[in-house]
Formats: sequence, C-alpha cells, structure tokens
Amino acid sequence: MGLWYAISGILLLIFFVVIGIEGIGLYSLFAIFIPYAAILLFVVGFIYRVLKWASSPVPFHIPTVSGQQKSLPWIKADNINSPYTTGGVVKRLALEILLFRSLLKNEKVEIDAPHRLLFRTSVLLWLGAMAFHWSLLVILLRHLRFFLEPVPSVVVILQRVDSIFQNLLPILYISDLIIVIALAYLFLRRVIYPQVKYISLPSDYFVLLTIAGIALSGVLMRLIFKVDLVQVKEWVMAMLSFRPMPPKGVSLLFYIHLFFVSLLIAYFPLSKLMHMPGIFLSPTKNMRNTSRNDRHINPWNHPVKVHTYEEYEEEFRNPMKEVGLPVEKE
Amino acid sequence: MYDKSKIIPALVIFLGLATYPIWHNTVSGKARYVPKPELPTDKAKKECVEPKTFIRVNHKTLLEDWKFSVVRNGIRTYQASNKKAYTISLNRTCMNCHTDKTKFCDQCHTYMGVTNKCWDCHIYPKQLSPGPLAMRGP
Repeated sequence: MGLWYAISGILLLIFFVVIGIEGIGLYSLFAIFIPYAAILLFVVGFIYRVLKWASSPVPFHIPTVSGQQKSLPWIKADNINSPYTTGGVVKRLALEILLFRSLLKNEKVEIDAPHRLLFRTSVLLWLGAMAFHWSLLVILLRHLRFFLEPVPSVVVILQRVDSIFQNLLPILYISDLIIVIALAYLFLRRVIYPQVKYISLPSDYFVLLTIAGIALSGVLMRLIFKVDLVQVKEWVMAMLSFRPMPPKGVSLLFYIHLFFVSLLIAYFPLSKLMHMPGIFLSPTKNMRNTSRNDRHINPWNHPVKVHTYEEYEEEFRNPMKEVGLPVEKE
Repeated sequence: MYDKSKIIPALVIFLGLATYPIWHNTVSGKARYVPKPELPTDKAKKECVEPKTFIRVNHKTLLEDWKFSVVRNGIRTYQASNKKAYTISLNRTCMNCHTDKTKFCDQCHTYMGVTNKCWDCHIYPKQLSPGPLAMRGP
C-alpha cells in the first residue's frame, strides 16, 4: 500500500516538472526559486531539528554496550565496545559512522530442521548500505566541480580514480554504477521480504525512489541526453553569488534532476534522513560507560526540600525530652 | 539547551560546510569568472565541422568516433552535416583553427575540472619546433 503511495507521488512530481517546464515554461521557478527555497529549508530545518534535540534532557545513562565494562584493574576492559574514555567513544562512533558496524549485527533467523533455530549474520544489508552511502559521498564530492572555482585538485583526482576502469566515452563512473545497484537492492529488499515490507512506510519508499530518480536522471544525462556542462556551472556560480539566472543549454532531464535534488534536500530535515546528524546525538552511542565510576545526576532533578533528623530534633527537643524520648544531643 | 559546548561548534561546522562553495569562490575571487575559449579571427576559419551547439556538448564523442574511424576502419575523411568533407585529424583539422590549446581547449576543461587523454598520444602543434617533424601525422 505504502509502496503505491510513494510510486504515485514520484510520478506526480515528475509530471509536475514536465508540465512546468515543457508546458508552461516556468524556468525561473524550477531553476531559481525552488533551489533557493530548498537550500534555505534544508539549512534552517537542519539547525532547528538539532537544536530541538539538544534541548531535550537525557535523564538516564544509557550507553549500549557489547563488551567488558571497565572495573577491576586485572579484568581486561573493552574500550571500543564498552567505551569508558572519550577516545573510546570517538573510536566507536567513527567505526559506526564510517563502517556501519551495527548493521553487521543484523541477523537472519531461519528454521533449519523442525526444532532447530538458526541465527546467521546477514551481511547483505550492511553491504548495500555501505555501497550506497560511500558512492553517494563520492558523487557529492565529484559534484563540487560545479560549485568551486578553481576546481580543487582533490576533486579532479577523485574523478580520475572513479573512472579508472573506463577507457571509452562517455565515462561511466564506478560510483554511479554502484549506487544504482545498491539502490535497486535497498528498494527491492523492502518489496520482496514480507517482514521488511510490513514495517516499511510510504516515506521509506519515497526517499529511496527520490534518490533513485536523482541517480538515474544524472546517469542518463551523462550517457545519453547530454547537457552543456559549462553553462550548467555558469548557472551554479551565478546562483552562488546571488545573481540568479536560468541555465542555458539544458534539457528537461536536467530540470527533473534539479527538482528531485531540491525536493530531497528540502525534505531532509522533515524525514528520517536526519540520521546524518542524529547518529552523533544518539545517547546510546555517544555516552561513556562509566555508570559505576561516576555519579550521574538526572538533569530533571530539582532541589528537593529536605528536613533532616538533626533539624527535626533541634525543633522538637524539648517536647521529646518531656515525654521521655531518647535524643542524640542533650 | 544541553551540551552547548559541543552542539554549537558542531552546528557552526555544518553551516561552514553547507556554505563552503560561497567562501571558496569569494576567497579565490573567481565567483564571476566565465571561461572564454579564444575563437579564430580568420574569416576562412569561422565554420566548425559541426554546429556550435552540437560541438559544445558532443565534441568528445565526435573525436572518439574519429579515432575509431581512422584506427579501426582506416577512413580518414569525415562527411559533416554541412555537406563538406573534412580530413579526420586532431592536429591538422581541429588544431589548424584552434591553434593554441591553452587558450581554447583548456579554458573550459580547467573550468570543469575535466582531464582528457588527447595529449597523452598527440603532440599539439605549439610543442613542435618548426621542421619536417611538424608536418607529421594526425
């Protein structure tokens, strides 16, 4: 059900661009206003969401651990799986962010014989996620050639490395190929496996389909329906220095690509894509496991008015003496 | 707000990264730079083998087609869409009009961060000293 919502949403949006560009010719809307508005929404929304997270207290000390906690000196502690120093937290977070370690804990449960349950590591999701995220990063960095003048040599070198297997024109980048395969897997996973399909929401499909739309329109522009890249960069540079003008020498496909990118970054702060900053703010991952060494005080605690026994005795000493109750101080 | 000392610097880094292109281009002073490939002034050299709009986008595949046409099929003339025939040769046809690589090819290639393999094999005319060698090969 959610799948069809997402697919019809995507088709409707493509239809919207086709009508807007081919039918009415709203070039300024699609090349100037929507991209500007999208970037503004992205930056403001992103900061708003992070500040909102930062304003909620974390009352409990809840690092998730899968290693020996630091205790007695002769017990070997695991500083990565149960970090007790900031360095350990940084190492664990870095491994999580760069290598998606927790996806390796994804398990496949199978019934082997009638009474035999098997738990196997399922590497496929980890592989798909790694392939997708890393190629997305490479593609983003490659696109910097449209945004920076002069183009840094890092970007040029990255392009050459990314096209290292290619000798013919037009160049098909390795990252393009990998991202399309990875997206196909990540999408089909949500369609084929009934358990995953059951927990998938329209927004899950929608994000995947939007990114797939961006990747496919980009690859098509590179391979078949070519656009004049120099004029595209002139347009980007004009946008960046706030002298907006619609690009020349581009086709409908370029506008679809651009609209989907705008859509994605505008939708970013509203969606689960916020896992990008969210990973840094996960209490289960960014806390040190020092629950035995340090006292952790709930930030919600407000000063409680207490009446100690000493004060009580001070107040009622005479009546207590009169009825013969024992007192600590005479 | 909790953890101000970590959240605020992290958000500043995010803002810096998100707006990095603006700072990069402002510092380099090239925000308004537009590449200007130098066109031949000679009247006889005004017309390219194909229309400008086609060449701007497809010159790379055209050159590759030329390469295969010569290397694999031995065909050394190109029948252009303007009904003229051209000799298939980078140095003798293309570079005959666009004599200076740095003022023509490199203008856009550097702007777009493009690297090409043309000059891995070919020697462009300016690199050659005048002499019999200059007349050699495509």
